[in-house]
Amino acid sequence: MDKREYQWAWLMVLPVLVLVAFSAVIPLMTVVNYSLQDILGRSAFFVGAEWFEETLNNSRLQAALMRQFAFSFTILAIQIPLGIGIALLMPKRGWQASAVLILITMPLLVPWNVVGSMWQIFTRGDIGLAGFIIRELGYDYNITANAVDAWVTIIIMDIWHWTPLVALLCYSGLRSIPEAYFQAARIDRASKWATFRYIQLPKLTNVLVIAVLLRFMHSFMIYAEPFVLTGGGPGSSTTFLSQSLATMAIAQQDLGPSAAFSITYFLIILAVSYVFYVTIMNMQKEKAAQQGAGGAE
Amino acid sequence: MARIELNNLAHRYAPGGEYALQPMQHVWEDGGAYALLGPSGCGKTTLLNIISGLVQPSEGQVLFDGVDVTHRSTEERNIGQVFQFPVVYDTMTVFQNLAFPLRNRKMAEDYVNRRVRQVAEMLSLTDVLDRRARNLTADAKQKISLGRGLVREDVSAVLFDEPLTVIDPHLKWQLRRKLREVHEQLNLTLVYVTHDQTEALTFADKVVVMLAGQVLQVGTPQELFERPAHTFVGYFIGSPGMNFMPCELSGNEALVDGERIAIDPATAAAASQNGGSLQLGIRPELVRLATEGESGLLLKVDQVEDLGEHQLVTGHFGSHQFHVRLDESEKINSDGLRLVFPVEHTLLYADEHLVGAGGAKHG
Amino acid sequence: MSLVLEGVSRSVEGVPYLDNINLVCERGEFNVLLGLTRAGKTTLMRVMAGLEPLNAGRVLEDGVDVSKVSVRKRSLGMVYQQFINYPAMSVYENIASPLRLERLPKADIDRRVRDEAARLGIDHLLDRLPSELSGGQQQRCAMARALVRDAKLILLDEPLVNLDYKLREGLRSELRALFADRDTVVVYATTEPEEALILGGKTAVLHEGRLLQHGPTAEVYRNPVNTTVTQVFADPPMNLMQARIEDGQFYVDGREGIELPPHLSHLATGHYTLGLRPHHLFASDRGQGSVSLVGEVEVAEVAGSVTYIHLDVNHRDWVVLERGVHTVHPGARFEVHFHRRHLYVFDQQDRLVASPDSELGQ
Repeated sequence: MDKREYQWAWLMVLPVLVLVAFSAVIPLMTVVNYSLQDILGRSAFFVGAEWFEETLNNSRLQAALMRQFAFSFTILAIQIPLGIGIALLMPKRGWQASAVLILITMPLLVPWNVVGSMWQIFTRGDIGLAGFIIRELGYDYNITANAVDAWVTIIIMDIWHWTPLVALLCYSGLRSIPEAYFQAARIDRASKWATFRYIQLPKLTNVLVIAVLLRFMHSFMIYAEPFVLTGGGPGSSTTFLSQSLATMAIAQQDLGPSAAFSITYFLIILAVSYVFYVTIMNMQKEKAAQQGAGGAE
Repeated sequence: MARIELNNLAHRYAPGGEYALQPMQHVWEDGGAYALLGPSGCGKTTLLNIISGLVQPSEGQVLFDGVDVTHRSTEERNIGQVFQFPVVYDTMTVFQNLAFPLRNRKMAEDYVNRRVRQVAEMLSLTDVLDRRARNLTADAKQKISLGRGLVREDVSAVLFDEPLTVIDPHLKWQLRRKLREVHEQLNLTLVYVTHDQTEALTFADKVVVMLAGQVLQVGTPQELFERPAHTFVGYFIGSPGMNFMPCELSGNEALVDGERIAIDPATAAAASQNGGSLQLGIRPELVRLATEGESGLLLKVDQVEDLGEHQLVTGHFGSHQFHVRLDESEKINSDGLRLVFPVEHTLLYADEHLVGAGGAKHG
Repeated sequence: MSLVLEGVSRSVEGVPYLDNINLVCERGEFNVLLGLTRAGKTTLMRVMAGLEPLNAGRVLEDGVDVSKVSVRKRSLGMVYQQFINYPAMSVYENIASPLRLERLPKADIDRRVRDEAARLGIDHLLDRLPSELSGGQQQRCAMARALVRDAKLILLDEPLVNLDYKLREGLRSELRALFADRDTVVVYATTEPEEALILGGKTAVLHEGRLLQHGPTAEVYRNPVNTTVTQVFADPPMNLMQARIEDGQFYVDGREGIELPPHLSHLATGHYTLGLRPHHLFASDRGQGSVSLVGEVEVAEVAGSVTYIHLDVNHRDWVVLERGVHTVHPGARFEVHFHRRHLYVFDQQDRLVASPDSELGQ
């Protein structure tokens, strides 16, 4: 085809390239730069991999990383099935469908730090509705003192905040299944479970991979909500990676180690996302292969 | 297997609104293959959905073997259905797909095994029984859909909703053959919806031609071709459709622009009693060229299309367009053709309905 | 103008779509591309339009190489299988849109839009939106839009395939007249042999990315160069059987020798493939020394005016075309008769060596 046309096309992309350079590449390079040097005031000297060794051997950070994985996998294990379940129960059409959609979308519209404040107040033993009721029921609920209480509360908060996203994705996936499949299942006398297992779930796979990917990346970077709710406590029981990083970089001004830490953090997310990406691509390839070789027409 | 009765059946989507289906009274015999044929919007899909239980008719009843099933759900009617595009359980193998309706009904596993293999054999699916259904071609998938209906020995009827839409044109005849074979072997009641005449005429013993929510004719393919009960049936069946020309009656002859064409005396008598605006109808393939010495009507030729197997002549009598379909070997005089209208194929239509035997109005 | 394809090849990720296509399309001529689905018709049209890069070869317009010229700089009209119109514009605006891009005077546009709409029989629908039209009318609108600007090249990619057969019948018979006096190269892709015959002009038979035969439509139909063409350019396809020819006789299915008809008398001893058209097989003995074979009915397809009877004749899938509507039951014994003068013969290299209509190889 026309070569000149392609060159023009590159020119059109240039503004985006410049934007990305300023927004992502240059800051990232700065971080890489910091991670390899010791910066004291105006002087800086090269330290090689020292900061990386230090951060990787830092037991506090190791603990935070484990906590982070535990958190991400817990919420995935709950939110994905729950999201599917909600999507299955949502009405299919009419005003009820619209109403439920609006209701379910609400938590997604709340800013992240507001979510933290809301739950902080909600779970307070003195004036919070949930905290008060649980205490009235005889359980000594206190997220500032009990690590388990704090953990459970953060998980429930995250479920409240983000399950709607999974539910919405699944809902759209379910809606795109042609009605004929359900009619066929009824004719075959498939049970509700069999209909789900053999029609709905297989048709949801692609959507679910996207949901898992989004939720993993999201949850792995969680910061504002637990920070506002528990401040990372009690102790450091709910201190996740991003909060550790913030403490290190802003409170302690350990620029070198925190830069090294940032990069490690970034690489972990990149690696896990890459695994998901490859999974999606493989699934699509399989799909394309099914549609038969040669789509010349 | 079941005999299907449509008892004063009619349907309106909104109470007091227009009829999507005009009131009708039909009996479809047990073991018959029926096709519902008509252009889009004629109500054929609505009728199929009423039979399958997807739509509740606003009036009348649907009876399976004398039992009123009007208010029964699809699953209670014990039908099979093949849809426009293949509906298979992607993650299951072909065997599991076919076994699914039986296993859901808690049949013994050795019976399931036997029955599935039997049906697979009939549909030529034996070779692919262990393959995943999603990796198969569209025609194999449609056979699986059909198989899931046939696998139940007690199935009342199998319904088809334009099942060959996604099939490669050059493979269609093979699936049509399968459908015919299945019908001849199992003697099932089959109902087939389509807008394509070839589908309908090939598949069915009886074709139900519909237009605007109304059944115009129920007849064998031959009846529809030779004695269309309504001008629309004459137009819709056949390529090109029947020729129609407004005419007047004069004794046993029809007058078309002053030309005289002989009509069967009984038909002429019926027509003169009937009244109404008359049209003469004849198939392009049933007129013939006048032999030497024979008198015939002169057709002015406008266009001759050589279609290999036959020639299609488009011409006119006075102001009326007229098609003639002739053998490839016929010599065509481009000035005009002398045509003979065989009396047995020259039909009269009064207000769009066939005059004479079999021309009773439906409705 | 003339459109010339020279050694055009196109493959994507190692899968060949077009293989060394050489084709000349002259102006004022109707060019039909005939092939089964996935024969490469659409790819070839995209190449002609400049939408598809080439792996080898050139495309010439009036002797000028346009292989590297962008589609936007070419004079081109295209009609697709789907009815593609601007949904928010009236029929009038749809047809006028290519002219407006050329910034023609208003009066000019108005005249040409109305002319084109009248030729396609949609002049009474100019104020409607595409969604208010039937499928046939929508496709007429799309055609009018492609035709109105008098492009040098008009490509139609199976434009009738998504229409009901009655609408298809109507539009099909108008097509030839519609393109008759246009000074453009018209290329029309279809899978249906009948369409090619109605449209006339020249036909190029494509199969698996290769051009098998190109010539005047009737000529290609009457003298298909090989058996593949007989399968593509005939619906139903030609019936084939293996035979041995020896001493002025031919031998089929282990039967006694049958005397060769005059048009085959020149053939040397050897093995051949014989072909018979479905309408040259008769259900009844027509005399004149006809030959009969026995088969078993697989299915009878009734296509309105004719019935296609599919037979298994000695494990060959054969089709008999009978006029009118006939009911035949699967599994029934069926005797077919044919005249020897209707035989086509292909040699072992799969080349046509004799046909009822020509004096090949003499």
